[in-house]
Amino acid sequence: MADKIPRQKMPQQDPAKRIHNFNEVPLGYDEKTAVLEATRCLQCKRPTCVEGCPVNINIPGFIKAVKEGNPLEAFAVIKQTNSLPAVCGRVCPQEDQCEKLCVLAKKGDPVAIGNLERYVADYEREKQHYTFTKGETVKGKRVAIIGSGPAGLTAAGDLARMGYSVTVFEALHKAGGVLVYGIPEFRLPKDIVQYEVDALKAMGVTIELSRVIGTAETVNDLLSSGFDAVFVATGAGLPLFLDIPGENLQGVYSANEYLTRSNLMKAYRFPEYDTPIVKGEKVAVVGGGNVAMDSARTALRLGSKEVYIIYRRSKKEMPARIEEVERAEEEGVIFKLLTNPVRFIGDEKGRVKAVECIQMELGEPDASGRRSPIPVKGSEFIIDIDVAIIAIGNGPNPLIPKTTPGMDTTKRGNIIADPETMKTSKRGVFAGGDIVTGAATVIQAMGAGRKAAKAIDEYLSTGVW
Amino acid sequence: MNKIIQNSKISGNVGKAIIEAPYIAHHRKAGQFVIVIVDEVGERIPLTIADSDREKGTITLYYQIVGTSTHKLSLKKEGEYIYDVAGPLGHPTDIRNYGTAVCVGGGIGIAAVYPIAVAMKEAGNFCINIIGARNKDLLILEQELKAKSDQIIVTTDDGSYGIKGFVTDELKKILDSKKVDIVVAVGPVPMMKAVSELTRTYNVKTLVSLNSIMVDGTGMCGGCRVTVNGKKQFTCVDGPEFDAHLVDFDELMKRLNTYKDQEKESFEKHTCQLEKYHGR
Ligand SMILES: Cc1cc2nc3c(=O)[nH]c(=O)nc-3n(C[C@H](O)[C@H](O)[C@H](O)COP(=O)(O)OP(=O)(O)OC[C@H]3O[C@@H](n4cnc5c(N)ncnc54)[C@H](O)[C@@H]3O)c2cc1C
Ligand SMILES: Cc1cc2nc3c(=O)[nH]c(=O)nc-3n(C[C@H](O)[C@H](O)[C@H](O)COP(=O)(O)OP(=O)(O)OC[C@H]3O[C@@H](n4cnc5c(N)ncnc54)[C@H](O)[C@@H]3O)c2cc1C
Ligand code: SF4
Ligand code: SF4
Ligand code: FES
Repeated sequence: MADKIPRQKMPQQDPAKRIHNFNEVPLGYDEKTAVLEATRCLQCKRPTCVEGCPVNINIPGFIKAVKEGNPLEAFAVIKQTNSLPAVCGRVCPQEDQCEKLCVLAKKGDPVAIGNLERYVADYEREKQHYTFTKGETVKGKRVAIIGSGPAGLTAAGDLARMGYSVTVFEALHKAGGVLVYGIPEFRLPKDIVQYEVDALKAMGVTIELSRVIGTAETVNDLLSSGFDAVFVATGAGLPLFLDIPGENLQGVYSANEYLTRSNLMKAYRFPEYDTPIVKGEKVAVVGGGNVAMDSARTALRLGSKEVYIIYRRSKKEMPARIEEVERAEEEGVIFKLLTNPVRFIGDEKGRVKAVECIQMELGEPDASGRRSPIPVKGSEFIIDIDVAIIAIGNGPNPLIPKTTPGMDTTKRGNIIADPETMKTSKRGVFAGGDIVTGAATVIQAMGAGRKAAKAIDEYLSTGVW
Repeated sequence: MNKIIQNSKISGNVGKAIIEAPYIAHHRKAGQFVIVIVDEVGERIPLTIADSDREKGTITLYYQIVGTSTHKLSLKKEGEYIYDVAGPLGHPTDIRNYGTAVCVGGGIGIAAVYPIAVAMKEAGNFCINIIGARNKDLLILEQELKAKSDQIIVTTDDGSYGIKGFVTDELKKILDSKKVDIVVAVGPVPMMKAVSELTRTYNVKTLVSLNSIMVDGTGMCGGCRVTVNGKKQFTCVDGPEFDAHLVDFDELMKRLNTYKDQEKESFEKHTCQLEKYHGR
C-alpha cells in the first residue's frame, strides 16, 4: 500500500514571483501532507537511511511519530542526536545522505526525510512547545569554543547539556557562521538560526560576539586564562581567487563578500540598511557549487537581468545540490558549462565591463576521479558583464593556525585533528568542521562538533590526553 | 552595545568619540583598528584606535564625517550606545628603535598616525612628525603630537595655517638634510603614493596604513584586497600596514570608488530623513 502513495512534493514559490523577493522558496508541508509522506516509510527493521545520516538520527522513530500525529514527540526524537533540525531539514544534501540509502530509493523515490525533518522542526518552533532547560554547570570546568558555525554551536549545546560552562567566541556581530553570512534568506531564513542560538543561550551558553581570537588573545591565552579545553571551529572562511588579470577591478567580488553584504548586512534592503552592493545588469558567477548557485540567485533577486554561471566542467560534475541547480534554472540563470574565465576587462574608471572566457573539454579522470577540463585553443569569447562573483571555494582562515604554536596543520593550512576525537597535536585543543575538512557540509560540521564534545568530556573527566 | 562616554566635533568635519570598550582598551596596540557598527541597520566601518585608557576601559576614535555612517556616529550623544565595536583588528605596527623616525599624517590620517608616532617616540626614536591638511579647519591633534615629538611641522594646502604646501615638500627637505631610518605615512591615497615615490628615491624604508573598503575585517570576504609586491593581500589581516614601495596605489584608489553612487544615495536618504525629523 505504501508504495502507491507518491513522494509528496513540497509547494514552492512560483519562480516568476520569487526572483523579486528574498522569502523562502519551498513553503513547507502542511500536516496532512506530512502524515501522508510519513506513511510511505516502511519502518525498516534495519534502517539503512540512518547510516546515511552523519549524526544517525533515529529516522524511522521520528517518522512514526509524525505519522501518528505527534510532531512534538518526533522533535524530541530528532533532538536526541541533531541540535539543528530546522537547518538540516533545509540545507542537508539529503540525496547524497539519508535519502540516498532509503530502501525506497532502490525502486523509486525515497521517503522525503529532509522535508519531514523540516516540518517537525518548524512545527515546534512555531508552536514553541518544547522548553529548553538551563543546564546546570555541574562539572566546574570551562570550555572555550572559537566560531559559532554549525560545528561550534553543536559542541556548545552538547557540552552545556553535560554540565560544562561554555563560552563561544565569534568574530562577527551575529552568531551562526555560514548559516547567517553565507546561505541566503531564501534558502534558510535567518530567524531560524537566531532561534537556535537563543535556545543555546537559554541553556546557559555564553556567546561573546565580535571577539576575534588570534589578533589580541590567542588559543594559548584562552588556555592560560582559565579555560580547560578549546574547540577550534573557525570554518573555511578564506575566499579563493582565480588569480587572473583584472580580478581586482571594481565589481569583482568573492562570493563571501557578495553574500555577506547581502545576507549578514542586508544590502538587499539598501538604502534602508546602510551597506551597499553593486547591483549589476549582467552578472557572471564563476563556480559550480552551492555557493555559486546562492550567488547567482541572489543576483537575480537584487535585480540583475542576465546572470551566468561559468563552470569549467559539465553539469554532471557540478558539486551543487541538484535541487539548487534546478531552482537556479527555473529562475532563469544561464549556464555556461565547459567554460573558464581567462581575464576580466575593465573600463577607464577601473570597473569590470566584460569577462573573456575559453571553452573547455573534458580529458582523462584526475586524482579525484573527475575528468579534468582542458582549454580548447582559439575558442576564446567575451561576455559583457558589470559584476563578477568568484565562487571557486574557500580555504582555511590562517588566523588561528598561525597564532597557535604546537598545533599542526596540513600543507594547505587545515588543522590536523583525529577523525574520531577531534584532538589536535596540542594538548587541550580540539578542532572540527570546515577548518579541518575543508569546505564540506553543515551536517558534517555538526557531526564533528558532536564528536568533539564527547571527547572533550572524556578528556576533562579523566585528564588523559 | 558600547556606551559613548564623550563625542564632540574637534574641527570642521572631524569628530572625536570616546567609547566604552574595556576588552579592546586592554589589548590594543599602536596601528590596530576597530570595526564599528553605529546602529542596527548600520554598515561595518573600520576606524583606527587613536588612543585608549585601560583603567577607564575606553578607546578614542577620530572620524571624518564623509558619509552616512560617520555622520550617524557624529549624532550619537554622551550616554547613548552604538550597536557594536569589534577589535582590536589588524597587525600592530612594528615598533622598534629605528633611530630617526618621520611620521607623516594627512587629513584624517593624522588620527591614524598619532598612536604610531607616540609609540615610536616611546621606543626611543628621534621622532619628527609632519602633519598636513587642505586647510586649518581640517587640521587635528597638533598639540597632542607636539607634546610627543622631537619636532613637528605643520602644512596646509591653502596656507591658512602653518607652512603653505604639501607634506611631501617638507619631508623632502628633511630627507635632504639628515639621515632618516623609517617613514610612516597615513593619509589620502594620493598623499601616501607621493610619499612612497619620494622615499623610494632616497631608499628609506616606508610604511603606509591602507584604508581599503572593508566588511568583516577578519580575512573572510576579500573585499579589502590590495596588490602588494604583485600579490593579493588582505588589508584587514595582512595589514593594515604594508611596505609602501610595494603597494599598487592606483588600483587601491580605483577600488575605493566602488560605491560612490550608492554612498551618495544612502547619504541623501539619511539627511533627508533627518530634515523631516527636525522639521517635524
Ligand atoms: C554560500 C554557502 C552555501 C552553502 N550551502 C550549503 C548547503 O546547502 N548544505 C550544506 O550542508 N552545506 C552548505 N554549505 C557549507 C556549510 O555551510 C559549511 O560546511 C559549514 O557551515 C561549516 O561549518 P563550521 O562550523 O565548520 O564553520 P562556519 O559555518 O564557517 O563557521 C565558522 C565561524 O567561525 C568564526 N571565526 C572564524 N575565525 C574566527 C576567529 N579567529 N575568532 C573567532 N571566530 C572566528 C566565523 O566568523 C564563523 O562564524 C554552504 C557554504 C556556503 C559558504
Ligand atoms: C584600517 C582603516 C582605518 C581607518 N581609520 C579611520 C579613522 O581613524 N578615521 C576616519 O575618519 N576614517 C578612517 N578610515 C576610513 C573610514 O573607514 C571611512 O571613511 C568610512 O568607512 C566612511 O563611511 P561613511 O559611511 O561615513 O562614508 P561612505 O558613504 O562610505 O563614503 C563617503 C565618502 O568617503 C569615501 N570613502 C569610503 N570609504 C573610504 C575609505 N575606506 N577610505 C577613504 N575614503 C573612503 C567614499 O569614496 C566617499 O567619497 C579607516 C579605514 C581603514 C581601512
Ligand atoms: S540531518 Fe541531514 S542527513 Fe540526517 S536525517 Fe536529517 S536531512 Fe538526513
Ligand atoms: S530506509 Fe526509508 S523506508 Fe526504511 S526506515 Fe528509512 S526512511 Fe523509512
Ligand atoms: S575586510 Fe573582509 S577580508 Fe578584509
